[in-house]
Amino acid sequence: MIFREKILPHPTLTLMLWLIWLLLNNTVAAGHIVLGLVLALLIPLFTSSFWPEKVQIKAPLTLFKFLAVVFWDIVIANMVVAKLILGRNKHLKPAFFCIDLDIKNPLGISFLANTISLTPGTVSCDLSTDHQHLLVHALHVEDIPATIKHIKQRYEAPLKEVFTSC
Amino acid sequence: MLDWILAALVLIGAFFTLVGSIGLYKLPDFYMRLHGPTKATTLGVGAILIASVLYFSFTTEAASLHEILVTMFLFITAPVSAHLMAKAALHIQLKKVERTRIDSSFHQ
Repeated sequence: MIFREKILPHPTLTLMLWLIWLLLNNTVAAGHIVLGLVLALLIPLFTSSFWPEKVQIKAPLTLFKFLAVVFWDIVIANMVVAKLILGRNKHLKPAFFCIDLDIKNPLGISFLANTISLTPGTVSCDLSTDHQHLLVHALHVEDIPATIKHIKQRYEAPLKEVFTSC
Repeated sequence: MLDWILAALVLIGAFFTLVGSIGLYKLPDFYMRLHGPTKATTLGVGAILIASVLYFSFTTEAASLHEILVTMFLFITAPVSAHLMAKAALHIQLKKVERTRIDSSFHQ
């Protein structure tokens, strides 16, 4: 177990690096598969001091479901925002609001902040120093509490499931 | 057939990128302008990249998938830069449109 952790400190990272190497070269030639694997094994070893916490994905299925939901939301919300942008400025109701975070894992928080920024209509602006609140700016929002609830239910809940702090 | 799908995808991409630029131009304050480029470009660039994957996969022998990387890097970096710009704007207390509502839990 300890031997495995020494050789392979971050399996998720290794897998991602391998995949990215193959995508970068746009090939599945045997030589690149081997070279990519060697790099994917060595890079996490040399950079392991930058990753004090282990990257752990608890529920990969939930993560994929989450990614599908986000992708769909991006498509839908893009059209909504396009309509808002092309409409009259006067009708827009911008707002700042705070989301109290339940999720504690740093990687989970950055995933959540990125998701909020990617789904059109909201941008995450600031994270409080104690990692408890996330400040969000919305382009157009009618009901602030409902929006916060929507974000918490739709994005934070599955992320919390995936990235549980150890 | 492929040509039509490609044309549709490129046009959709171009449309959303254009909307993003229009947003950047016409929205009244900095925070609202941030929404234009970070948003409309996700679908805009996404559609153009899908068109690129389809075109190169069908016209050349091998499947072309490294566009996925472009999407991935874009999706990782766009929100981060938006976040940093918003943070900087808050820090120097840039003016916001008067009707911007500030939720009671917001304490600066």
